[in-house]
Amino acid sequence: MEALLIAIKARILELAPEFLQFPLGHLLSITPVISVFAGIFALTTWIERKGLGRIQNRLGPNRVGPVGILQPVADGLKMIFKEDVVPRSADKIVHFLAPILLVIPTMLAFSVIPYGNRLVPIDLDAGILFFFAIGGSAELIVFMAGWSSRNKYAMLGAMRAIAQMISYEVPLILSSIVVIMMAGSLSLVDIVAVQTGGFWNWHVATPWGFVGFLLFLTAALAESNRSPFDIPEAESEIIAGHMTEYSGFKYALFFLAEYLGLFAMTGLAITLFLGGFHAPFPFLNWVPAPLWFFGKFAILVALFIWIRGTLPRLRMDQLMGLAWKFMIPMSLITFAAGATWHYAGKGLLAWILCTPMLLGSYVYLGTALTKGQKVSKRVYRFAD
Amino acid sequence: MTFSFAIIAFITLIGAVGALAFRQIVHSVLCLAITFTGVAMLYLQLGAQFLGFAQFLVYIGAVTILILFAVLLTKNTGPTISGQVYSASWVSGVGVGVSVFVCLAWAILRTPQLDRLAAEETNSTVKAIGLSLMSDYVIPLEVIALLLTAAMVGAIVIAMNETSTQTTMQGANHEKGLK
Repeated sequence: MEALLIAIKARILELAPEFLQFPLGHLLSITPVISVFAGIFALTTWIERKGLGRIQNRLGPNRVGPVGILQPVADGLKMIFKEDVVPRSADKIVHFLAPILLVIPTMLAFSVIPYGNRLVPIDLDAGILFFFAIGGSAELIVFMAGWSSRNKYAMLGAMRAIAQMISYEVPLILSSIVVIMMAGSLSLVDIVAVQTGGFWNWHVATPWGFVGFLLFLTAALAESNRSPFDIPEAESEIIAGHMTEYSGFKYALFFLAEYLGLFAMTGLAITLFLGGFHAPFPFLNWVPAPLWFFGKFAILVALFIWIRGTLPRLRMDQLMGLAWKFMIPMSLITFAAGATWHYAGKGLLAWILCTPMLLGSYVYLGTALTKGQKVSKRVYRFAD
Repeated sequence: MTFSFAIIAFITLIGAVGALAFRQIVHSVLCLAITFTGVAMLYLQLGAQFLGFAQFLVYIGAVTILILFAVLLTKNTGPTISGQVYSASWVSGVGVGVSVFVCLAWAILRTPQLDRLAAEETNSTVKAIGLSLMSDYVIPLEVIALLLTAAMVGAIVIAMNETSTQTTMQGANHEKGLK
Protein backbone atom coordinates (compact mmCIF):
# COMPACT_ATOMS: atom_id res chain seq x y z
CA MET A 1 0.00 0.00 0.00
CA GLU A 2 2.72 2.46 0.90
CA ALA A 3 4.60 1.50 -2.28
CA LEU A 4 1.44 2.38 -4.21
CA LEU A 5 1.14 5.74 -2.44
CA ILE A 6 4.79 6.57 -3.10
CA ALA A 7 4.41 5.50 -6.75
CA ILE A 8 1.37 7.77 -7.15
CA LYS A 9 3.31 10.68 -5.68
CA ALA A 10 6.29 10.01 -7.97
CA ARG A 11 3.99 9.83 -11.01
CA ILE A 12 2.32 13.15 -10.17
CA LEU A 13 5.73 14.74 -9.63
CA GLU A 14 6.91 13.48 -13.03
CA LEU A 15 4.03 15.27 -14.72
CA ALA A 16 4.77 18.57 -13.00
CA PRO A 17 7.31 21.04 -14.40
CA GLU A 18 10.71 21.17 -12.68
CA PHE A 19 10.27 24.38 -10.71
CA LEU A 20 6.99 23.09 -9.25
CA GLN A 21 8.38 19.76 -8.09
CA PHE A 22 9.75 20.92 -4.73
CA PRO A 23 6.60 22.72 -3.47
CA LEU A 24 4.29 20.13 -5.02
CA GLY A 25 6.18 17.24 -3.43
CA HIS A 26 5.80 18.78 0.03
CA LEU A 27 2.18 19.67 -0.64
CA LEU A 28 1.49 16.05 -1.52
CA SER A 29 3.04 14.99 1.80
CA ILE A 30 1.25 17.61 3.88
CA THR A 31 -2.28 17.35 2.47
CA PRO A 32 -2.92 13.70 3.45
CA VAL A 33 -1.68 14.33 7.00
CA ILE A 34 -3.97 17.32 7.50
CA SER A 35 -7.01 15.74 5.85
CA VAL A 36 -6.64 12.31 7.46
CA PHE A 37 -6.18 13.61 11.01
CA ALA A 38 -8.90 16.25 10.68
CA GLY A 39 -11.19 13.47 9.46
CA ILE A 40 -10.21 11.25 12.37
CA PHE A 41 -10.94 14.20 14.67
CA ALA A 42 -14.47 14.51 13.30
CA LEU A 43 -15.04 10.78 13.60
CA THR A 44 -13.56 10.67 17.11
CA THR A 45 -15.95 13.33 18.43
CA TRP A 46 -18.83 11.14 17.26
CA ILE A 47 -17.33 7.89 18.57
CA GLU A 48 -16.51 9.58 21.87
CA ARG A 49 -20.04 10.88 22.35
CA LYS A 50 -21.46 7.48 21.42
CA GLY A 51 -19.03 5.70 23.75
CA LEU A 52 -19.64 8.07 26.65
CA GLY A 53 -23.35 7.62 26.06
CA ARG A 54 -22.94 3.85 26.27
CA ILE A 55 -20.90 4.17 29.49
CA GLN A 56 -23.51 6.52 31.01
CA ASN A 57 -26.42 4.30 29.90
CA ARG A 58 -27.90 6.61 27.27
CA LEU A 59 -27.95 6.68 23.47
CA GLY A 60 -25.71 9.58 22.53
CA PRO A 61 -26.25 11.49 19.26
CA ASN A 62 -28.73 9.65 17.03
CA ARG A 63 -30.66 12.33 15.11
CA VAL A 64 -28.40 13.35 12.21
CA GLY A 65 -27.88 10.59 9.67
CA PRO A 66 -27.85 6.85 10.43
CA VAL A 67 -26.92 6.27 14.11
CA GLY A 68 -25.96 9.93 14.26
CA ILE A 69 -22.82 9.60 12.16
CA LEU A 70 -23.36 12.98 10.45
CA GLN A 71 -23.33 14.74 13.85
CA PRO A 72 -19.74 16.09 13.37
CA VAL A 73 -20.80 17.68 10.04
CA ALA A 74 -23.76 19.34 11.70
CA ASP A 75 -21.56 20.52 14.60
CA GLY A 76 -18.97 21.90 12.18
CA LEU A 77 -21.60 23.83 10.20
CA LYS A 78 -23.08 25.18 13.44
CA MET A 79 -19.63 26.31 14.63
CA ILE A 80 -18.90 28.13 11.36
CA PHE A 81 -22.19 30.04 11.32
CA LYS A 82 -22.20 30.88 15.01
CA GLU A 83 -21.70 34.50 16.00
CA ASP A 84 -18.11 35.32 16.89
CA VAL A 85 -18.28 37.19 20.21
CA VAL A 86 -15.19 39.11 21.29
CA PRO A 87 -15.30 40.78 24.74
CA ARG A 88 -15.13 44.57 24.56
CA SER A 89 -12.12 44.84 26.86
CA ALA A 90 -10.25 41.94 25.24
CA ASP A 91 -6.88 42.40 23.61
CA LYS A 92 -8.27 42.06 20.07
CA ILE A 93 -5.13 41.01 18.16
CA VAL A 94 -3.78 38.51 20.70
CA HIS A 95 -7.30 37.18 21.24
CA PHE A 96 -7.65 36.63 17.49
CA LEU A 97 -4.19 35.10 17.02
CA ALA A 98 -4.26 32.55 19.87
CA PRO A 99 -6.64 29.93 18.35
CA ILE A 100 -4.97 30.18 14.94
CA LEU A 101 -1.45 29.84 16.35
CA LEU A 102 -2.45 26.88 18.53
CA VAL A 103 -3.34 24.73 15.50
CA ILE A 104 0.08 25.27 13.85
CA PRO A 105 2.33 23.41 16.38
CA THR A 106 -0.16 20.56 16.75
CA MET A 107 -0.23 20.12 12.97
CA LEU A 108 3.57 20.38 12.70
CA ALA A 109 3.98 17.61 15.27
CA PHE A 110 2.50 15.11 12.80
CA SER A 111 5.24 15.80 10.27
CA VAL A 112 7.91 13.63 11.92
CA ILE A 113 5.86 10.53 12.75
CA PRO A 114 6.49 7.52 10.45
CA TYR A 115 3.17 6.06 9.24
CA GLY A 116 4.66 3.25 7.16
CA ASN A 117 7.77 2.12 5.35
CA ARG A 118 9.20 5.33 3.84
CA LEU A 119 5.88 7.02 4.66
CA VAL A 120 7.16 9.85 6.81
CA PRO A 121 6.55 13.49 5.82
CA ILE A 122 10.03 14.63 6.99
CA ASP A 123 12.71 12.27 8.27
CA LEU A 124 14.53 14.61 10.64
CA ASP A 125 17.82 13.69 12.28
CA ALA A 126 16.42 14.99 15.58
CA GLY A 127 12.77 14.14 14.97
CA ILE A 128 11.75 13.56 18.58
CA LEU A 129 13.43 16.78 19.68
CA PHE A 130 11.46 18.62 17.00
CA PHE A 131 8.27 17.03 18.31
CA PHE A 132 8.86 18.22 21.88
CA ALA A 133 10.19 21.64 20.85
CA ILE A 134 7.07 22.30 18.78
CA GLY A 135 4.81 20.95 21.52
CA GLY A 136 6.46 23.28 24.05
CA SER A 137 5.14 26.37 22.28
CA ALA A 138 1.54 25.41 23.09
CA GLU A 139 1.98 26.72 26.66
CA LEU A 140 2.73 30.23 25.43
CA ILE A 141 -0.31 30.19 23.15
CA VAL A 142 -2.61 28.97 25.92
CA PHE A 143 -1.32 31.87 28.01
CA MET A 144 -2.09 34.25 25.11
CA ALA A 145 -5.66 32.95 24.98
CA GLY A 146 -6.19 33.26 28.73
CA TRP A 147 -4.54 36.63 29.17
CA SER A 148 -6.07 38.37 26.16
CA SER A 149 -9.63 37.45 27.20
CA ARG A 150 -9.44 39.78 30.26
CA ASN A 151 -11.50 37.31 32.21
CA LYS A 152 -10.57 35.94 35.60
CA TYR A 153 -11.77 32.45 34.77
CA ALA A 154 -9.84 32.44 31.50
CA MET A 155 -6.68 33.64 33.25
CA LEU A 156 -7.05 31.07 36.04
CA GLY A 157 -7.63 28.33 33.50
CA ALA A 158 -4.59 29.38 31.49
CA MET A 159 -2.38 29.43 34.60
CA ARG A 160 -3.64 26.00 35.61
CA ALA A 161 -3.02 24.72 32.08
CA ILE A 162 0.53 26.10 31.99
CA ALA A 163 1.42 24.70 35.41
CA GLN A 164 0.04 21.31 34.41
CA MET A 165 1.72 21.25 31.01
CA ILE A 166 5.12 22.25 32.41
CA SER A 167 4.89 19.64 35.17
CA TYR A 168 3.85 16.79 32.92
CA GLU A 169 6.28 17.67 30.14
CA VAL A 170 9.10 16.45 32.43
CA PRO A 171 7.89 12.83 32.87
CA LEU A 172 6.79 12.82 29.23
CA ILE A 173 10.28 13.65 27.99
CA LEU A 174 12.06 11.58 30.64
CA SER A 175 10.07 8.44 29.80
CA SER A 176 10.89 8.83 26.11
CA ILE A 177 14.60 9.46 26.79
CA VAL A 178 14.96 5.81 27.90
CA VAL A 179 13.76 4.76 24.45
CA ILE A 180 16.25 7.15 22.83
CA MET A 181 19.01 5.64 24.98
CA MET A 182 18.14 2.10 23.97
CA ALA A 183 17.63 2.88 20.29
CA GLY A 184 20.70 5.13 20.15
CA SER A 185 19.02 7.67 17.92
CA LEU A 186 16.78 10.75 18.04
CA SER A 187 15.28 9.94 14.65
CA LEU A 188 11.82 8.39 14.90
CA VAL A 189 12.44 6.33 11.76
CA ASP A 190 15.46 4.68 13.42
CA ILE A 191 13.53 4.09 16.64
CA VAL A 192 10.84 2.23 14.67
CA ALA A 193 13.49 0.28 12.75
CA VAL A 194 14.93 -1.04 16.05
CA GLN A 195 11.56 -2.66 16.88
CA THR A 196 11.15 -4.88 13.79
CA GLY A 197 10.31 -8.57 13.89
CA GLY A 198 7.27 -9.12 16.09
CA PHE A 199 5.74 -7.79 19.29
CA TRP A 200 8.46 -9.34 21.51
CA ASN A 201 10.87 -6.82 19.96
CA TRP A 202 8.65 -3.84 20.73
CA HIS A 203 9.85 -1.63 23.54
CA VAL A 204 6.63 -2.18 25.46
CA ALA A 205 7.59 -5.87 25.85
CA THR A 206 10.49 -4.99 28.17
CA PRO A 207 10.13 -4.08 31.87
CA TRP A 208 11.44 -0.52 31.41
CA GLY A 209 9.42 -0.12 28.21
CA PHE A 210 6.17 -1.21 29.86
CA VAL A 211 6.61 1.21 32.75
CA GLY A 212 7.76 3.93 30.36
CA PHE A 213 4.73 3.35 28.15
CA LEU A 214 2.31 3.73 31.06
CA LEU A 215 4.11 6.87 32.26
CA PHE A 216 4.10 8.27 28.74
CA LEU A 217 0.37 7.62 28.26
CA THR A 218 -0.49 9.25 31.60
CA ALA A 219 1.68 12.27 30.86
CA ALA A 220 0.23 12.50 27.34
CA LEU A 221 -3.29 12.59 28.77
CA ALA A 222 -2.28 15.36 31.17
CA GLU A 223 -0.37 17.26 28.49
CA SER A 224 -3.42 17.41 26.24
CA ASN A 225 -5.68 18.44 29.15
CA ARG A 226 -7.91 15.42 28.87
CA SER A 227 -9.97 13.79 31.57
CA PRO A 228 -9.03 12.85 34.32
CA PHE A 229 -6.52 15.72 34.05
CA ASP A 230 -8.96 18.29 32.60
CA ILE A 231 -8.57 20.71 35.51
CA PRO A 232 -7.68 23.67 33.22
CA GLU A 233 -11.11 23.54 31.63
CA ALA A 234 -13.14 22.06 34.45
CA GLU A 235 -16.69 23.09 33.52
CA SER A 236 -18.01 22.95 37.06
CA GLU A 237 -15.24 25.16 38.50
CA ILE A 238 -13.97 27.69 35.95
CA ILE A 239 -16.50 27.40 33.07
CA ALA A 240 -14.10 26.40 30.28
CA GLY A 241 -10.72 27.77 31.36
CA HIS A 242 -8.81 29.64 28.71
CA MET A 243 -11.57 28.97 26.18
CA THR A 244 -14.25 30.79 28.21
CA GLU A 245 -14.34 33.92 26.03
CA TYR A 246 -14.16 32.11 22.70
CA SER A 247 -17.18 31.26 20.62
CA GLY A 248 -17.98 29.98 17.18
CA PHE A 249 -15.18 28.74 15.00
CA LYS A 250 -12.41 29.95 17.31
CA TYR A 251 -13.74 27.64 20.01
CA ALA A 252 -13.84 24.86 17.42
CA LEU A 253 -10.17 25.52 16.65
CA PHE A 254 -9.26 25.10 20.34
CA PHE A 255 -11.23 21.88 20.38
CA LEU A 256 -9.48 20.72 17.20
CA ALA A 257 -6.04 21.59 18.56
CA GLU A 258 -6.74 19.70 21.78
CA TYR A 259 -7.72 16.54 19.94
CA LEU A 260 -4.91 16.84 17.38
CA GLY A 261 -2.42 17.27 20.22
CA LEU A 262 -3.71 14.06 21.77
CA PHE A 263 -3.50 12.29 18.40
CA ALA A 264 0.09 13.43 17.91
CA MET A 265 1.01 12.14 21.38
CA THR A 266 -0.72 8.85 20.58
CA GLY A 267 1.24 8.59 17.34
CA LEU A 268 4.47 9.22 19.24
CA ALA A 269 3.56 6.62 21.88
CA ILE A 270 2.97 4.06 19.11
CA THR A 271 6.27 4.99 17.47
CA LEU A 272 8.29 4.86 20.69
CA PHE A 273 6.80 1.86 22.48
CA LEU A 274 4.35 -0.09 20.31
CA GLY A 275 6.61 -0.82 17.36
CA GLY A 276 5.28 1.94 15.11
CA PHE A 277 3.84 0.55 11.90
CA HIS A 278 5.20 -2.99 12.39
CA ALA A 279 2.95 -6.05 12.56
CA PRO A 280 2.84 -7.93 15.90
CA PHE A 281 3.79 -11.22 14.17
CA PRO A 282 6.19 -11.60 11.23
CA PHE A 283 3.70 -13.76 9.26
CA LEU A 284 1.25 -10.81 9.26
CA ASN A 285 3.64 -8.62 7.29
CA TRP A 286 1.46 -8.80 4.17
CA VAL A 287 -1.06 -6.44 5.83
CA PRO A 288 -0.10 -2.88 4.77
CA ALA A 289 1.96 -1.11 7.43
CA PRO A 290 -0.22 2.05 7.73
CA LEU A 291 -3.15 -0.19 8.67
CA TRP A 292 -1.15 -1.47 11.66
CA PHE A 293 -0.31 2.08 12.67
CA PHE A 294 -3.90 3.23 12.50
CA GLY A 295 -5.15 0.04 14.14
CA LYS A 296 -2.96 0.67 17.18
CA PHE A 297 -4.03 4.31 17.01
CA ALA A 298 -7.72 3.34 17.13
CA ILE A 299 -7.14 1.06 20.14
CA LEU A 300 -5.36 3.81 22.08
CA VAL A 301 -8.03 6.41 21.25
CA ALA A 302 -10.71 3.98 22.40
CA LEU A 303 -8.72 3.53 25.63
CA PHE A 304 -8.68 7.32 26.13
CA ILE A 305 -12.45 7.49 25.65
CA TRP A 306 -12.88 4.66 28.15
CA ILE A 307 -10.65 6.47 30.67
CA ARG A 308 -12.64 9.67 30.20
CA GLY A 309 -15.88 7.86 30.82
CA THR A 310 -14.78 6.09 33.99
CA LEU A 311 -12.31 8.21 35.99
CA PRO A 312 -13.23 11.27 38.07
CA ARG A 313 -11.28 14.51 37.78
CA LEU A 314 -8.23 15.04 40.00
CA ARG A 315 -7.78 17.94 42.41
CA MET A 316 -5.00 20.48 41.69
CA ASP A 317 -2.70 19.33 44.54
CA GLN A 318 -3.26 15.66 43.67
CA LEU A 319 -2.35 16.46 40.08
CA MET A 320 0.91 18.17 41.04
CA GLY A 321 1.73 15.51 43.63
CA LEU A 322 1.27 12.77 41.05
CA ALA A 323 3.60 14.48 38.59
CA TRP A 324 6.40 15.53 40.93
CA LYS A 325 6.33 12.90 43.67
CA PHE A 326 5.44 9.83 41.64
CA MET A 327 5.91 10.12 37.89
CA ILE A 328 9.25 11.93 37.78
CA PRO A 329 11.04 9.61 40.28
CA MET A 330 9.46 6.64 38.55
CA SER A 331 10.69 7.74 35.13
CA LEU A 332 14.17 8.30 36.58
CA ILE A 333 14.10 4.73 37.88
CA THR A 334 13.19 3.47 34.40
CA PHE A 335 16.54 5.02 33.35
CA ALA A 336 18.37 2.75 35.78
CA ALA A 337 16.22 -0.20 34.74
CA GLY A 338 17.01 0.51 31.09
CA ALA A 339 20.74 0.60 31.82
CA THR A 340 20.48 -2.67 33.80
CA TRP A 341 18.55 -4.22 30.93
CA HIS A 342 21.24 -3.17 28.47
CA TYR A 343 24.17 -4.52 30.50
CA ALA A 344 22.45 -7.69 31.77
CA GLY A 345 22.09 -9.04 28.25
CA LYS A 346 18.40 -8.35 27.50
CA GLY A 347 17.47 -11.91 28.48
CA LEU A 348 16.07 -13.78 31.47
CA LEU A 349 18.70 -12.35 33.83
CA ALA A 350 17.71 -8.82 32.80
CA TRP A 351 14.06 -9.62 33.52
CA ILE A 352 14.96 -11.00 36.95
CA LEU A 353 16.99 -7.87 37.78
CA CYS A 354 14.69 -5.19 36.31
CA THR A 355 11.26 -6.39 37.42
CA PRO A 356 11.79 -6.24 41.23
CA MET A 357 13.59 -2.92 40.77
CA LEU A 358 10.58 -1.34 39.04
CA LEU A 359 7.93 -3.12 41.11
CA GLY A 360 9.65 -2.23 44.39
CA SER A 361 9.97 1.44 43.51
CA TYR A 362 6.36 1.48 42.30
CA VAL A 363 5.13 0.13 45.63
CA TYR A 364 7.42 2.43 47.63
CA LEU A 365 6.55 5.58 45.69
CA GLY A 366 2.87 4.72 45.71
CA THR A 367 2.76 4.30 49.49
CA ALA A 368 4.89 7.44 49.95
CA LEU A 369 2.44 9.42 47.79
CA THR A 370 -0.53 8.52 49.96
CA LYS A 371 1.37 8.68 53.28
CA GLY A 372 0.01 11.22 55.72
CA GLN A 373 -3.25 11.40 53.80
CA LYS A 374 -6.20 9.96 55.60
CA VAL A 375 -7.97 7.81 53.07
CA SER A 376 -11.43 7.23 54.43
CA LYS A 377 -15.01 7.29 53.31
CA ARG A 378 -15.98 10.71 52.04
CA VAL A 379 -18.47 12.61 54.17
CA TYR A 380 -20.97 14.63 52.16
CA ARG A 381 -22.48 17.58 53.94
CA PHE A 382 -25.44 18.24 51.69
CA ALA A 383 -25.86 15.21 49.50
CA ASP A 384 -26.68 12.66 52.18
CA MET B 1 22.49 36.81 1.50
CA THR B 2 19.68 34.56 0.41
CA PHE B 3 15.99 35.33 0.24
CA SER B 4 15.08 33.05 3.16
CA PHE B 5 17.77 34.69 5.30
CA ALA B 6 16.25 38.09 4.51
CA ILE B 7 12.79 36.92 5.64
CA ILE B 8 14.13 35.38 8.86
CA ALA B 9 16.25 38.44 9.67
CA PHE B 10 13.24 40.69 9.06
CA ILE B 11 11.06 38.62 11.43
CA THR B 12 13.78 38.59 14.10
CA LEU B 13 14.33 42.36 13.88
CA ILE B 14 10.61 43.16 13.86
CA GLY B 15 10.23 41.05 17.01
CA ALA B 16 13.14 42.81 18.69
CA VAL B 17 11.79 46.28 17.84
CA GLY B 18 8.35 45.28 19.07
CA ALA B 19 9.81 43.96 22.33
CA LEU B 20 11.29 47.41 22.97
CA ALA B 21 8.46 49.59 21.68
CA PHE B 22 5.27 48.14 23.18
CA ARG B 23 3.79 49.76 26.27
CA GLN B 24 2.14 46.59 27.51
CA ILE B 25 4.78 44.29 29.02
CA VAL B 26 3.00 41.11 27.94
CA HIS B 27 3.03 42.35 24.34
CA SER B 28 6.77 42.91 24.65
CA VAL B 29 7.24 39.36 25.93
CA LEU B 30 5.24 37.96 23.00
CA CYS B 31 7.41 39.97 20.59
CA LEU B 32 10.48 38.58 22.34
CA ALA B 33 9.10 35.10 21.62
CA ILE B 34 8.98 36.05 17.91
CA THR B 35 12.66 37.06 18.12
CA PHE B 36 13.57 33.76 19.79
CA THR B 37 11.75 31.91 17.02
CA GLY B 38 13.65 33.93 14.43
CA VAL B 39 16.98 33.04 16.05
CA ALA B 40 15.99 29.36 16.12
CA MET B 41 15.15 29.58 12.41
CA LEU B 42 18.54 31.18 11.73
CA TYR B 43 20.26 28.21 13.41
CA LEU B 44 18.15 25.81 11.34
CA GLN B 45 19.05 27.68 8.16
CA LEU B 46 22.73 27.27 9.03
CA GLY B 47 22.18 23.50 9.29
CA ALA B 48 22.48 23.30 13.08
CA GLN B 49 19.39 21.19 13.61
CA PHE B 50 20.02 20.26 17.23
CA LEU B 51 20.86 23.82 18.26
CA GLY B 52 17.80 25.20 16.47
CA PHE B 53 15.36 22.82 18.15
CA ALA B 54 17.06 23.23 21.52
CA GLN B 55 16.79 27.01 21.15
CA PHE B 56 13.08 26.67 20.40
CA LEU B 57 12.48 24.21 23.24
CA VAL B 58 14.39 26.20 25.85
CA TYR B 59 13.55 29.76 24.88
CA ILE B 60 9.92 29.45 23.73
CA GLY B 61 8.94 26.59 26.01
CA ALA B 62 10.73 27.71 29.17
CA VAL B 63 12.34 31.16 29.19
CA THR B 64 9.34 33.05 27.77
CA ILE B 65 7.00 31.31 30.19
CA LEU B 66 9.38 32.16 33.04
CA ILE B 67 9.41 35.85 32.01
CA LEU B 68 5.62 35.83 31.77
CA PHE B 69 5.29 34.39 35.27
CA ALA B 70 7.73 37.00 36.54
CA VAL B 71 5.72 39.77 34.85
CA LEU B 72 2.46 38.49 36.31
CA LEU B 73 3.99 38.28 39.79
CA THR B 74 5.01 41.94 39.72
CA LYS B 75 2.52 44.58 40.69
CA ASN B 76 2.51 46.61 37.53
CA THR B 77 0.35 44.42 35.29
CA GLY B 78 -2.23 47.05 34.45
CA PRO B 79 -3.25 47.70 30.88
CA THR B 80 -0.63 50.38 30.18
CA ILE B 81 2.57 51.57 31.77
CA SER B 82 2.13 55.15 32.87
CA GLY B 83 4.43 57.69 31.31
CA GLN B 84 6.75 57.57 28.36
CA VAL B 85 8.27 54.40 27.00
CA TYR B 86 11.20 56.31 25.57
CA SER B 87 13.78 57.62 27.99
CA ALA B 88 14.34 61.34 28.19
CA SER B 89 18.00 60.91 27.36
CA TRP B 90 17.31 59.11 24.06
CA VAL B 91 19.80 61.32 22.15
CA SER B 92 22.78 60.00 24.09
CA GLY B 93 21.33 56.48 23.87
CA VAL B 94 21.20 56.68 20.08
CA GLY B 95 24.75 58.04 20.12
CA VAL B 96 26.02 55.10 22.18
CA GLY B 97 24.15 52.64 19.99
CA VAL B 98 25.49 54.08 16.75
CA SER B 99 29.08 54.14 18.03
CA VAL B 100 28.87 50.51 19.18
CA PHE B 101 27.43 49.52 15.80
CA VAL B 102 30.20 51.39 13.94
CA CYS B 103 32.89 49.75 16.08
CA LEU B 104 31.48 46.26 15.54
CA ALA B 105 30.96 46.79 11.80
CA TRP B 106 34.52 48.11 11.45
CA ALA B 107 35.92 45.12 13.33
CA ILE B 108 33.86 42.60 11.36
CA LEU B 109 34.69 44.10 7.98
CA ARG B 110 38.41 44.13 8.77
CA THR B 111 38.65 40.46 9.78
CA PRO B 112 40.71 38.36 7.37
CA GLN B 113 38.24 35.48 7.67
CA LEU B 114 35.80 37.42 5.51
CA ASP B 115 37.75 36.41 2.41
CA ARG B 116 37.09 32.75 3.03
CA LEU B 117 34.54 31.24 0.68
CA ALA B 118 32.44 29.11 3.01
CA ALA B 119 32.79 27.26 6.27
CA GLU B 120 34.11 23.76 5.73
CA GLU B 121 31.67 20.93 6.19
CA THR B 122 31.42 20.33 9.92
CA ASN B 123 30.13 17.18 11.50
CA SER B 124 27.25 18.70 13.46
CA THR B 125 24.82 15.81 13.51
CA VAL B 126 23.00 15.12 16.75
CA LYS B 127 24.97 11.92 17.27
CA ALA B 128 28.31 13.74 16.89
CA ILE B 129 27.22 16.41 19.37
CA GLY B 130 26.14 13.74 21.85
CA LEU B 131 29.37 11.80 21.53
CA SER B 132 31.56 14.87 21.98
CA LEU B 133 29.47 15.99 24.98
CA MET B 134 30.02 12.61 26.59
CA SER B 135 33.73 12.32 25.77
CA ASP B 136 35.64 15.59 25.20
CA TYR B 137 33.34 17.92 27.12
CA VAL B 138 32.22 15.61 29.89
CA ILE B 139 33.75 17.71 32.70
CA PRO B 140 32.08 21.00 31.65
CA LEU B 141 28.83 19.07 31.27
CA GLU B 142 29.12 17.66 34.78
CA VAL B 143 29.98 21.09 36.20
CA ILE B 144 26.88 22.57 34.57
CA ALA B 145 24.78 19.69 35.87
CA LEU B 146 26.12 20.28 39.39
CA LEU B 147 25.43 24.01 39.13
CA LEU B 148 21.86 23.43 37.98
CA THR B 149 21.27 20.87 40.73
CA ALA B 150 22.56 23.34 43.31
CA ALA B 151 20.26 26.04 41.93
CA MET B 152 17.31 23.65 42.05
CA VAL B 153 18.05 22.58 45.62
CA GLY B 154 18.32 26.26 46.56
CA ALA B 155 14.95 27.02 44.98
CA ILE B 156 13.35 24.12 46.84
CA VAL B 157 14.88 25.26 50.15
CA ILE B 158 13.56 28.79 49.61
CA ALA B 159 10.10 27.53 48.69
CA MET B 160 9.91 24.97 51.50
CA ASN B 161 9.10 27.39 54.36
CA GLU B 162 6.33 28.99 52.39
CA THR B 163 4.64 25.69 51.61
CA SER B 164 4.67 24.59 55.24
CA THR B 165 2.86 27.76 56.34
CA GLN B 166 0.48 27.39 53.41
CA THR B 167 -0.43 23.85 54.31
CA THR B 168 -1.13 24.80 57.90
CA MET B 169 -3.32 27.62 56.65
CA GLN B 170 -5.09 25.25 54.32
CA GLY B 171 -5.53 22.80 57.16
CA ALA B 172 -6.98 25.54 59.36
CA ASN B 173 -9.38 26.61 56.64
CA HIS B 174 -10.35 23.03 56.08
CA GLU B 175 -11.11 22.53 59.75
CA LYS B 176 -13.14 25.74 59.80
CA GLY B 177 -15.05 24.47 56.81
CA LEU B 178 -15.84 21.22 58.57
CA LYS B 179 -17.21 23.02 61.63
